[in-house]
Amino acid sequence: MKRWFDFLSGSRSSKAGLAFVVVALLILPFALTQAGTAWVRITNLAILFALLSLGLNIVVGFAGLLDLGYIAFYAVGAYTYALLASPHFGLALPFWVVLPIGALIACTFGVLLGAPTLKLRGDYLAIVTLGFGEIVRIFLNNLSQPFNLTNGPRGIARIEPVQIGGVSFRGTDTWFGFSVSGPMKYYYLLLAVLVVVIIINLRLEDSRIGRAWQAIREDELAAKAVGINTTHIKLLAFAMGASFGGIAGGIFAAIQGFISPESFVLVESIMVLAMVVLGGMGNIFGVIAGAVLLSFVPEILRYTVEPLQKSLFGKMIIEPEVIRMLLFGLALVLMMRFRPAGLWPSSTRRRELRGPS
Amino acid sequence: MDIFLQQIINGLTLGSVYAIVALGYTMVYGIIQLINFAHGEVVMLGAMVAFTVITSLVGAQVPLPALLIVLAGTLAAVPVCMATGYMLERVAYRPLRKAPRLAPLITAIGMSIILQHVAMLVWSRNNLAFPQIIPVITFEVAGATITAVQIGIISISFLLMTGLTLMVYRTKLGVAMRATAENASVAALMGVSVDRVIASTFLIGAALGAIAGVMFGSYYGIAHYTMGAVLGLKAFSAAVLGGIGNLAGAMVGGVLLGLVESLGAGYIGDLTDLCRWPLVQGWVSERCQLDGHMILFGSNYQDVFAFLVLILVLVIRPSGLLGERVADRA
Repeated sequence: MKRWFDFLSGSRSSKAGLAFVVVALLILPFALTQAGTAWVRITNLAILFALLSLGLNIVVGFAGLLDLGYIAFYAVGAYTYALLASPHFGLALPFWVVLPIGALIACTFGVLLGAPTLKLRGDYLAIVTLGFGEIVRIFLNNLSQPFNLTNGPRGIARIEPVQIGGVSFRGTDTWFGFSVSGPMKYYYLLLAVLVVVIIINLRLEDSRIGRAWQAIREDELAAKAVGINTTHIKLLAFAMGASFGGIAGGIFAAIQGFISPESFVLVESIMVLAMVVLGGMGNIFGVIAGAVLLSFVPEILRYTVEPLQKSLFGKMIIEPEVIRMLLFGLALVLMMRFRPAGLWPSSTRRRELRGPS
Repeated sequence: MDIFLQQIINGLTLGSVYAIVALGYTMVYGIIQLINFAHGEVVMLGAMVAFTVITSLVGAQVPLPALLIVLAGTLAAVPVCMATGYMLERVAYRPLRKAPRLAPLITAIGMSIILQHVAMLVWSRNNLAFPQIIPVITFEVAGATITAVQIGIISISFLLMTGLTLMVYRTKLGVAMRATAENASVAALMGVSVDRVIASTFLIGAALGAIAGVMFGSYYGIAHYTMGAVLGLKAFSAAVLGGIGNLAGAMVGGVLLGLVESLGAGYIGDLTDLCRWPLVQGWVSERCQLDGHMILFGSNYQDVFAFLVLILVLVIRPSGLLGERVADRA
């Protein structure tokens, strides 16, 4: 824990390095706007995925419980936000009220999933969580009859944007002579949330709870033997991971203004898992790097593969979306073959994934 | 009563397809204690290849009877799926046989994404409609109808299950498979080529999957590049229900799951019709007078049953109905 805050009392160079990162992150959206507002939106989605990956990292990376239905919690958060702040029920509760409610409900779902599956690990847990994710999606798709709760496959539209202190996050404003667009405002909000989530995660990692999770990951029986209440600790992992997913989902709903069950399919769960695996399970900054990398690669592909194919063959043969999915698949296979602990493995995880020698 | 019988017939048909797919899961699990997560995609490929062959034969107006055309489709699908199954084992599982259990699971997910999207590139994103070449022949059974396709699916599945059981218990390969399942290193000491046994398990499972894919495609008349995921999940649920690693269990589990699903889909609407619940009747009477029904969960919840069965079995009896293995694996 301490090493991460060393910079406060640390050497001049580490302070300078941190100051550089902070300034770079603060002016990033202005630089990106020069290349097009689309890039700010893409960055926002990358941060959202980073939030999601950090949530999943608690479950998979710290506690070693493979969850393939993680996107369900994202969906729960998004739908909670959408229902409480849209014309669907005629409610327009403020952001600061809706977001915690979304996190709380997602947390409840996390416990609902965790409680019956406490005995399971590995493959079985993976399959059950996958089924859970599908169940949530089927319900979202069908809960429009006889009471219209989710509006079915049509989804919920006209969701209220975030509003803090009278400032709406939709539309452009002028702050200190700079023109700040909606996506840029969301960028700062997301960045702030990300920093808070990172701090929580860093604190968790080295806390008693974090160490208990890692103990369960390494050897559940031994963890139990040294007096760790594995039931509580595992449920806590599910609940916390789910809450982070719920928060990310709420912000997603506010940014998009529209959500439908199509955003919460199995492939999305696998995508988040790919980010965690690629970055390095259990390593907070690795996971963020994985999320950023896998969010930007398809966009870069979009800007290179499309024109390249058009100039070579005169038409598009492989859509960038398909290339992205093929790359996801390939990344999962190759990572497990050649760098099973991820690009930036955490030190303890590295030890474990080396396997029995 | 006739609706009940009809749902039983439909459930048996669906269940025998599940059983054949479940055999693929259970055989691999029995031998290397690993869920072949990409097995659903192998089944999907089977349906896709058969679709191509059948459509092109029909399109070229080859003068063959419908059964032979479907047979040709199956004969084309089986080797493609076997090759895919073998490739899966070589690429995703064999190099990781000694790695922690999380690793092969993740490579399998990766392979299934790749297979899905390759299939999408080859066969497009659309629903592919199988040409309706098999004449619809129906038989009346005590007020319910059974089609020739259903009879075909049920009997072919039965033959395949019998054949597989005979193979496992009567042939040399079967003995080797059972020995490897019992203890791979001791089997190797006894002169069993463990690698070859594992590869043949994948080959047999994939061949069965191909046939199941063709049956599923011709039953529903449709194939889609994402069909493998849910079908695989259901078949896996069936394998767990019966007791994973247990051949008879996979068959029983498959048939039971098909019955649960089809009876559930048939009756859930009536059961959750709020207008029939005396307790809430007064509360919703206005809506009931309007359209007579107020169905809470309709038959579109059909897919939920398999997952509920899976969760319930794993929570209450992880070893399944006929199995002895425990779900407590890391």
